[in-house]
Amino acid sequence: MNSKNSGKLPTGDLASPPRGSDVVFKARGVTKVYTMGEVSVHALRGVDLTLRASEFVVLLGPSGSGKSTLLNILGGLDLPTQGSVSYRGRDLSGADDAARTEYRRLHVGFVFQFYNLIPSLTARENVALVTEITRKPLPPAEALRIVGLGERLNHFPAQMSGGEQQRVAIARAIAKRPDVLLCDEPTGALDISTGVVVLEAIERVNRELGTATAVITHNAAVAGIADRVIHLSDGRIVANQENSEKISARDLSW
Amino acid sequence: MLALNRKLFRDLWRIKGQAIAISMVIAVGVLMFIMYLSAFDSLQLTRSAYYERQRFAHVFASLKRAPLSLRSRIASIPGVSAAEIRVVVDVTLDVEGLAEPATGRLVSIPDRQREILNDLVLSAGRYIEPGRPDEVIVSEGFAQAHGFRPGATVGAILNGRRRELEIVGIALSPEYIYTIRPGDLIPDDARFGVFWMERRALAAAFDMEGGFNDVALLLMPGTRPEAVIDDLDQLLRPYGGWGAIPRALQLSHWSVDNELKGLQGAGIAVPVVFLAVAAFLLHVVLRRIVAVQREQIASLKALGYSNRQLAVHYTYWGLAISLSGTFVGCVAGAMLGRGMLGMYNQYFRFPALEYRLQPDVVIGAIGIGIVAAIFGANSAVRQAVRLQPAEAMRPAPPANYRVSLVERLGLQGILSQSARIILRNIERQPVRSLVSVGGIAASLAILIVGVFMIDGLNLMMDVQFRVTQRQDMQVNFVEPVSPSGIHALQRLPGVIDAEPLRAAPVRLRSGASVRQVSISGLPEVTRLYRAVDVDSMTQVQMPRDGIVLTSSLAEILDAAPGTNVTVEVLVGRRTVQEVKVAGVISQYMGLAAYMEIDAFRRLLREGPTLSGGYLTVDSAYLPELFKAIKETPVIAGAGLKAAMFQAFRDTFAENIGIMIFFNVLFASIIAFGVVYNAARVSLAERSRELASLRVMGFTRAEISAILLGELGVLTFLALPLGMLLGYGLSGLLVQLFETELYTIPFAAAPRTYALCALAVLLATAVSGLIVRRKLDHLDLLEVLKSKE
Repeated sequence: MNSKNSGKLPTGDLASPPRGSDVVFKARGVTKVYTMGEVSVHALRGVDLTLRASEFVVLLGPSGSGKSTLLNILGGLDLPTQGSVSYRGRDLSGADDAARTEYRRLHVGFVFQFYNLIPSLTARENVALVTEITRKPLPPAEALRIVGLGERLNHFPAQMSGGEQQRVAIARAIAKRPDVLLCDEPTGALDISTGVVVLEAIERVNRELGTATAVITHNAAVAGIADRVIHLSDGRIVANQENSEKISARDLSW
Repeated sequence: MLALNRKLFRDLWRIKGQAIAISMVIAVGVLMFIMYLSAFDSLQLTRSAYYERQRFAHVFASLKRAPLSLRSRIASIPGVSAAEIRVVVDVTLDVEGLAEPATGRLVSIPDRQREILNDLVLSAGRYIEPGRPDEVIVSEGFAQAHGFRPGATVGAILNGRRRELEIVGIALSPEYIYTIRPGDLIPDDARFGVFWMERRALAAAFDMEGGFNDVALLLMPGTRPEAVIDDLDQLLRPYGGWGAIPRALQLSHWSVDNELKGLQGAGIAVPVVFLAVAAFLLHVVLRRIVAVQREQIASLKALGYSNRQLAVHYTYWGLAISLSGTFVGCVAGAMLGRGMLGMYNQYFRFPALEYRLQPDVVIGAIGIGIVAAIFGANSAVRQAVRLQPAEAMRPAPPANYRVSLVERLGLQGILSQSARIILRNIERQPVRSLVSVGGIAASLAILIVGVFMIDGLNLMMDVQFRVTQRQDMQVNFVEPVSPSGIHALQRLPGVIDAEPLRAAPVRLRSGASVRQVSISGLPEVTRLYRAVDVDSMTQVQMPRDGIVLTSSLAEILDAAPGTNVTVEVLVGRRTVQEVKVAGVISQYMGLAAYMEIDAFRRLLREGPTLSGGYLTVDSAYLPELFKAIKETPVIAGAGLKAAMFQAFRDTFAENIGIMIFFNVLFASIIAFGVVYNAARVSLAERSRELASLRVMGFTRAEISAILLGELGVLTFLALPLGMLLGYGLSGLLVQLFETELYTIPFAAAPRTYALCALAVLLATAVSGLIVRRKLDHLDLLEVLKSKE
């Protein structure tokens, strides 16, 4: 994280990172087992992962490989069955619900495959939903301008295209000036040209705000825009590859 | 406004139909609460202010005759702050335009106006002038019933002599808020009036010069009336005192008190039913909302909203719906409360019956609105809090169905696919299906409770006027007469049959309980007035020994067959004797005690005297009969059964129509609220499924049948339950409304059940049709495109 951004960082329990630390997430031996009736599903089988400040990581893998589970655990939505996860040196795997809520509220920006906007609220109000509960947020209009929706402030989700809705979701995620941006299949429900616009917005946030970003996708073509690509399969990391040359989202094709 | 609150308002707007249906149920509950309790407060406060201003007495006593010199000794009883001694006499009136005789109660007042106990409020005319013995002030009800203005005259038989009384004023008295002739069931303003006239004129007519026969006492604050009553009784005993009574037993006060108790009971019990139903509806609808907003809740949690914030948010849903209903209920309740008070003006005479809505009643209403909201929202809130965000991100698993019970019983062969869908859906959510059934049943129960009262009143009137009273007329003598009196009665024009009555006021004592009543001495087997036990609907034979009590009186005295009660006769030789309780019978009206006439005469230590008689008459001779009675000085008054029945009918018939209207309205609101919400929730949950069926080629009618068929099945299950519930609730209400004055019989006619069920079916059908219109407009593509 560069010094320009750390100055804007709010402080709090999980919120005061040790100065000089570059590591945002550190996961060790993370295992997640779901029990569904009589069947146990191993979603993660011992994952080790480190994510650094300002880094753009793509998690790649087929459905059921454990990508979403990993992202949910990093985002404090879920707890690992075994193993440890720390955020800037603070333990997340043992944090209680209230602490994890506080953590999400102040540090994490989420973007979901199906946007998950509140249908009864306009674009601006959907962003305000977040700015009202966090410290020193961006004004909703500015966040929407960053994703290129400065003209669509008062539209309801139903009045916007899928790509626009997803960009509102990104604006909502970044308005709190998060430390990390976690995106679960952000382009999964979009066609290529809309998908590119969405990825451009994410790319821009990462570049301009220096937010550590993790994007889940099963689309290998997206991997090109990342600093690093982590391949998951059957709950394990099977490859971890640094991109020597990042390409711009605009040049993607699939 | 916070974005989350904006979401609340917009979401509420989207489900406005359901929200309004629920608010209306709450509104009705709150309306009842406000209406009954504000009427209670208004009556209570108006009454106590009236009592205070007009110095309404605390102790009342009647006696045969005492010298005026006794007054100072009465006034010096410890605790007495003021004593009023009066002459009070009941006389027969001959009112122009009224064939039958009416009863006038003449009450003495000072010839020059000064502050007295039970002081009058003049509503028209002036006070009497000294030296004009025929001037009277008349009670407002009587004046209104006959259109009397000051200046009118009324004929009265005073001690055998006819006098023309000149009305100079019209007044109200705190002593006659409920102006009822003793022995009557309800007030009959045309046939009973109170006349206040100069003491000396009245005393002269009744040989009361230098004496009095009535006492009213005002007590000092904090004085126990019991002690004063004992002292007063001691003083009056040698002068034929009938036994003093506290204010609580004064007829007018006691009647108002009974009404107040009824209002308070209804004001608390009835709203509970409505609010319970409303809380349940909120529960169903909010659970559905939380299920629909599963992903929204998950995102809010992911965004960092805390459980507490979400709990507050979904509690607000409940509060918004409930408090808007509470508001409507408060306004409508205040309006209807005012109207109800207007209705009371027919029974109770106050100078100004002022409507008052006390802040604590409104606060109470808001409080119950909040409680209903919290109860209703509770489960949905917990569901929202429990929701794991990571889990909610994934689509909800398909609903878990299984083969229904009916099918498992081996009947699947006869069921169509549609019928299977209906049955499996009902069984999949047994709790919700059960509560829907409960809600519809509650609406039926409320309807039954309302209408059963009418059946009850009809039965009560039937038993009273057809079974018990087979006479056409009752006459009372001024003083008990010899047995030849019965022959005299038989010789009156048009009299077909006459039956003797020996009635006398007594005080019954059993342990610490005391009650002043009148014992009716009747022949062993009567033809005309028949003491009927309403449980068995049989006539009770008068036992050769012992006394028969009505069950309400037995309860007050804590007496049972076989136990003894002490009878203190308050007239004549004033005998005191232990009498065995020979039987306890159930009656709908009043506190009554019966004895066989000769047994009672022995107790009185009298020969074969009678105090009155029951007559059947040939109606062709009525004018002659009335004329004869008016001209017979020994007859103090005559009560015509037909007139009493008419008064009873008139009073109730007017209010029963209003009552039925509101009951049907309120029950329909509940039925509509339940059915409409159940249908909307089903529609919301299953629009995808139903749209898919449409795409496959099902017709609108067929998918409507699936959705509404479920409601139909639930409604039919609810009907018998509702009848049972209505039966139980009616029983409960009968107990709640039971006063010493009357018990509403607990008997609904089968027709009532059928009609009520029909009304609920109708309300269900209408709400079903409204939802069906929605179904017709189901946008197939839109539904299938969106993800659930």
